[in-house]
Amino acid sequence: MAATSGEVFTALADPTRRALFERLSREGELTVRVLTDSSGVSQPAVSKHLGVLRHAGLVSARHKGRETHYSACPRGLSPLVDWMTFYSSFWEDRFSRLEDLLKRMDQ
Amino acid sequence: MNLETTRSVVIEREMPHPPEKIWRALTQGELIKEWLMENDFRPAVGHKFNFQVTPVPNWDGVIDCQVLLVEPNKQLSYTWNALGLKSVVVWTLTPTKTGTLVRMEHSGFPAGKEAAYKGANYGWQKFIGHLEQVLARIG
Repeated sequence: MAATSGEVFTALADPTRRALFERLSREGELTVRVLTDSSGVSQPAVSKHLGVLRHAGLVSARHKGRETHYSACPRGLSPLVDWMTFYSSFWEDRFSRLEDLLKRMDQ
Repeated sequence: MNLETTRSVVIEREMPHPPEKIWRALTQGELIKEWLMENDFRPAVGHKFNFQVTPVPNWDGVIDCQVLLVEPNKQLSYTWNALGLKSVVVWTLTPTKTGTLVRMEHSGFPAGKEAAYKGANYGWQKFIGHLEQVLARIG
């Protein structure tokens, strides 16, 4: 099932998870060990954060030998694009209504 | 497609009206209703309120909000929680030679920590603090 925009935003509201996602987007596939070495948090914590990102559809995991390799799924950001598309047109419309109201208001 | 461009909607328009007048339209319930939605807004930090639109199937049309920041004629911010998604709206009014630059930012989550530290004045720091508390409650 595709993640909702709420799940994607919640996953990315945490700065550590955001940093993990950005790093995977930038550097391609990495192991939990490599991600842990430079993250400043413990390996179980990194694994837990990766689990949240995976549940939100933002990263995918591939098992190879004893290690799990993670990579970013840029398409996982699509619920955010839908959210933005909706609110861009919503607020554009409300801005126009605000301008109409201001014209009618007294100083 | 990246996080910087997909985390928020920003709209800016210059309007030929003074900030004080625009502030009234943003903060007086009866006026808000005319351009935005039915509401029980009050410009008081911590005040919980709703925006209400016509219900549609699977949605009661209620947006749960809480005021985060009120700096008269300058800046206004509130949370915006609809359909299980918590987000934040920030209005910023900047006077110009002929009126006011009205900026609205609607964010799904805050920018990185760097952004919080760049905000030089206390009000902004305080706002980020509120925001982080609110976002912490999501998880």
